Amino acid sequence: MIRYIIRRLLMTLPTLFLVGVSVFALIRLIPGDPAQLMLGDSVDPGELVEVRRQMGLDQPIHIQFFEWASKVLQGDLGVSLSDGQAVLPLLVERFQVSGVVVLIAVMAALMIAVPAGLFAAHKQNRAADISIVALSTVLLSIPSFWLGLILLLTFGLALGWLPVVGYVPLSTSFLIGMSFLVLPIATLAVIEAGVLTRMMRASAIEVQRLEYVTHARAKGASEWRVLTRHILPNAFAPTLTLVGLILGNLLGGIAVLETVFTLPGLGRLLVDAIFARDYPVVQGCLLFTALIYVLVNLLVDLCYPLLDPRVTAE
Amino acid sequence: MSASRHRWHFNAVVGYSLVGAIALIAAVAVFWTPYDPLHLSVRNKLQAPSLVHWLGTDELGRDVASRAMAGAATSCWVALLTVLFAVTSGTVIGLLAGFIRGWTDRIVMAFNDTLLAFPGILLALAIMVIIGANQYGIIIALGLAYAPMVVRVVRGSVLSIREKEYIEASVMIGNSPVVTMLRHVLPNCVAPIAVLATSMFGWVILSESALSFLGLGVPPPAPTWGNMLSGSRSHIQSAVWLGLVPGVCISLTLLGVNLLGDHLRDRLDPRIH
Repeated sequence: MIRYIIRRLLMTLPTLFLVGVSVFALIRLIPGDPAQLMLGDSVDPGELVEVRRQMGLDQPIHIQFFEWASKVLQGDLGVSLSDGQAVLPLLVERFQVSGVVVLIAVMAALMIAVPAGLFAAHKQNRAADISIVALSTVLLSIPSFWLGLILLLTFGLALGWLPVVGYVPLSTSFLIGMSFLVLPIATLAVIEAGVLTRMMRASAIEVQRLEYVTHARAKGASEWRVLTRHILPNAFAPTLTLVGLILGNLLGGIAVLETVFTLPGLGRLLVDAIFARDYPVVQGCLLFTALIYVLVNLLVDLCYPLLDPRVTAE
Repeated sequence: MSASRHRWHFNAVVGYSLVGAIALIAAVAVFWTPYDPLHLSVRNKLQAPSLVHWLGTDELGRDVASRAMAGAATSCWVALLTVLFAVTSGTVIGLLAGFIRGWTDRIVMAFNDTLLAFPGILLALAIMVIIGANQYGIIIALGLAYAPMVVRVVRGSVLSIREKEYIEASVMIGNSPVVTMLRHVLPNCVAPIAVLATSMFGWVILSESALSFLGLGVPPPAPTWGNMLSGSRSHIQSAVWLGLVPGVCISLTLLGVNLLGDHLRDRLDPRIH
């Protein structure tokens, strides 16, 4: 078990290293002088020379990388070109918005998908199963930003139940804050429930054919016990992996949903920074999101042995 | 069991019909649309669907049906080129890594797994930062973002195929490694590649529309479903059809591709059954 944990932890190091190299390389792959890019268009030549020296652009490339990396490791991601704000606190502030939405949405999706998937597998090829599969395939095919727009139109504009534009931090007022987050969370939860239900159903079908399930039934265990004690834990493992991938993909792809609901989240920050050519913020967002993605998948893999001890026995 | 067979048959029919219809509309749109999708006519702006404009007009008086058709052509063309690019580059790299093995394989796969450790859309966004937002930029960005998956799948198949006896036989009768690879290994990788390529077509349609929605994909005035949806946002209350049409188009395309993908997986991928 400990060997598994250590091995898995070590595996993240080369990934994080390459993530760092890519984000570092990004600013140098964009055509043009990095110092010019970092400063924006209107600067005097003296300042440019000074910044080139500060950025170490007169140094060999590997020294530049190590200097940049050591700054990043100390939490210094530079300052935003548009308002001079430090990048890291900005990322943390924006992440709180996206993080809450994604986390609650995925939890809600799991609460729908796990029972629905298990139930569908239990009724395999019967009417209930066919309807569940059909519904989840349809959900899978709806783009989140479109569903968001439709929900906004229905519950925000037509019915007037929920606010349409704006955002109030949860720390200011939990209830008002949540009223702005209900629709984005519902949008994501409904769509991800489709993906997760299909996954849960597929793995439950695979598991329920195995001999130990037949054995559990043969020894007289109730159907409920077979389902919750014998099928669920083993069928849940692949779904958990998918949850990790989904969490990361959502953080990368949430920009569209944040645009629909005008939420000041991490995705919107990245897209605005791309439009404003605010490269320190772009770099920061990419680095931050990739880091979260790697960490979430690490966490998922570390939870895996709890569900399926065979993983560590390799 | 017959219920199951019947259902998959039904799903496949729906999948093929949807994909076929979209492909037909896209192909027709290349040569003919009811109106010029770029023609502005401010006098006719925001008209509700009617016999003259089947799906109404947008905020600049452009015919929505024509734009949706032209959007199908753009989206399908971008998706097709992207999938081709990802599949070709991924297959070449995966084939080489799996066939040569050793250090080549190890280095390629370490790099590949790192790319897989990024969310695809984030990778595409990063690449878009470098090459800028345009129609061909998005093909390269999404292609590079999805190629690592192809590498993984192809290399996996190559590793299992190269242990087969017919490969040994091919080497023994004196075929060069290149001939063995192209004549005997590659054809046996086609099934998993086809399954992946189908799903990928759907992901690319979705990612392209998301990027275009953000203004980072195919730039206006060229119509795509994503930027049509984005443009509809300011008129969503007064002109509901502007938001409904592109959304329904994307959803039906994805539904068709997903059903087709499921069908192909059942047919071609023996691991599922």
